Amino acid sequence: MAIVFQKPSTLTDAPMHYCPGCTHGIVHRLVAQALEELGVEGKAVGVASVGCSVMCYDYFTCDMVQAPHGRAQAVATGLKRARPDNVIFTYQGDGDLAAIGTAETVHAATRGENITVIFINNAIYGMTGGQMAPTSLPGQITQTTPYGRDTNTAGYPVRVCEMLSTLSGVAFAQRVTVDNVKNVNIARKAIKKAFQNQIEGKGYSIVEVLSTCPTNWGLSPVEALKWLEDNMIPYYPLGVYKDVEEGVKK
Amino acid sequence: MAKIIVDEKVCKGCGMCVHACPLKIIALDKSRLNAKGYHPAKLMEPEKCVGCASCATMCPDTAITVER
Amino acid sequence: MKVLMKGNEALAEAAIRAGCHHFFGYPITPQTELAAYMSKRMPQVNGTYLQAESEIAAINMVLGASSAGVRAMTSSSSPGVSLKGEGISYMAGSDLPAVIINVQRGGPGLGGIQPSQADYWQATKATGHGDFQILVFAPSTVQEMVDLISHAFDTADKYRMPAMILADGMLGQMMEPVELPEEGSANLPEKEWAAKGHGGKRAHNIINSLYLTPEKLEQLVKERFERYETVKRNEQMAEEYLTEDADVVLVAYGASSRVARSAVNKAREKGLKVGLVRPITLWPFPTDALNRAASHAKNFLVVEMSMGQMVDDVKLAIDCKVPVHFYGRTGGMIPTPADVLAQIEALL
Repeated sequence: MAIVFQKPSTLTDAPMHYCPGCTHGIVHRLVAQALEELGVEGKAVGVASVGCSVMCYDYFTCDMVQAPHGRAQAVATGLKRARPDNVIFTYQGDGDLAAIGTAETVHAATRGENITVIFINNAIYGMTGGQMAPTSLPGQITQTTPYGRDTNTAGYPVRVCEMLSTLSGVAFAQRVTVDNVKNVNIARKAIKKAFQNQIEGKGYSIVEVLSTCPTNWGLSPVEALKWLEDNMIPYYPLGVYKDVEEGVKK
Repeated sequence: MAKIIVDEKVCKGCGMCVHACPLKIIALDKSRLNAKGYHPAKLMEPEKCVGCASCATMCPDTAITVER
Repeated sequence: MKVLMKGNEALAEAAIRAGCHHFFGYPITPQTELAAYMSKRMPQVNGTYLQAESEIAAINMVLGASSAGVRAMTSSSSPGVSLKGEGISYMAGSDLPAVIINVQRGGPGLGGIQPSQADYWQATKATGHGDFQILVFAPSTVQEMVDLISHAFDTADKYRMPAMILADGMLGQMMEPVELPEEGSANLPEKEWAAKGHGGKRAHNIINSLYLTPEKLEQLVKERFERYETVKRNEQMAEEYLTEDADVVLVAYGASSRVARSAVNKAREKGLKVGLVRPITLWPFPTDALNRAASHAKNFLVVEMSMGQMVDDVKLAIDCKVPVHFYGRTGGMIPTPADVLAQIEALL
């Protein structure tokens, strides 16, 4: 018998601290697989953001930098401008990327910064215990929207891929999810492409991954997958929002 | 001929593999607890496994190795 | 060969010659010429000039570039430096070197755009949250701006900590003849700790300031403070001007030290025994030079363009051995030598 599936060599042996069933672990693996398959681990530098995934610097075997909350893409910009031949990626949650780091996100995107952005959208703040995120759904109950997110007072969720795809600097924007095997495989291809684009110098590439937070959603891991399918996918349609084949760099 | 190997020390008993298995031959082993205090996943009917890797694909902790 | 340069532009050119090829900034008066100069010069040296979306983004780009092991710099003026505080704290907590320039203006709030020294507390006590210090250099001439930039980069690299050049709108805007170091003369150290891709040759480097175990965090902070003690012992800089026989010793840095020096000269013309201690490093604070002066002086007079933010440090440095008086203007006002002389005469 031959091994047909194993942990990629680009993940360390450190046990991940995530709650049972949290899909961060799946996305970590997909990122690690992309680094392994593209053979760029040795020149990759990842940027960990503030939130549940902040300690991802312990899980990826490439060099890692931990950024202040929301600033991952500014840090990535500095890393990439300093060493353009390196492969730079950020790994950010919704609070980091779409609330406190909105300016850094929009401007890295509009500059066409040649980096890869992995965006975890699980519609909640995980690390701080389940507060409303910029992507929490209308009516969603969180610790800080105990009566459900009221769009009259708390506004509407941000659709990041749609927003960023209007910017000329964005080469690639795709929304995927990891709720089943088929979708994990689609996500895997999208993430690999987002790295491949950077290697080819195409410009800013982002993959938004609809993810679960069973603990703060108050659901079992399997129930959380169902909640994602029933509630998140309708509001956040999956698919490719932008794919500029020739890249955005002249 | 196929099998899965579950790294029990990292398994968190989340049940995503149980849910993902198309043949429904994986279960959480309620008779045992790992060092983390979780019931680890176990292949209940090894002879039926086809090595499709659905379980491993959905495992958030990359605890499953698949051979075929 | 000396060239006539504006302070802000001299800072920029000197930084490039110190091996800094990565500059990230955001427009603000009165530092604007620095960024504009960088935007012109960086492409000529294949460097990076990037106008960020905010001062916050700019300092974090510096954090990223510094993490990659290159010399990186940002510049701003007072309100912008407040925004950089977050990034400076993270860099201190991640042991990252960098140079931050503050061409100070009046505050608080939006304040004004005239020269000020009202960010002394911020620079020396609390650029951001947490237990940390940064190196703070206070030039008083355009030439000294040039000289201190490369020294700031070298010292920041040596101790792996951020360094600030605390200038002000007067120094930034004035023109003086300067001698610049040769291009390519900078000695750039190898940075084994940097996140520049391990190439399969070593374990991964992690640039990080998060430590959830309090014992570990305390240990790291204590180690950092041991390093700060070394800095305090080795890196104090001050100029002592006519202090040997001085009854009154002025203490002033940066632009206000130029006024103080004129006042000392006027006092000497009148036969008054007056000298000046001019801190060049504000952190580490030049306690040695101040104590030498305090051994014989009868009075200290601190002269600042603030409400006296440095006074406490002077008192602590000399253990209140000598009365410490204060004269200052703030809000963008600059004291005159005549004003200072009147204060001196009142003490004699």
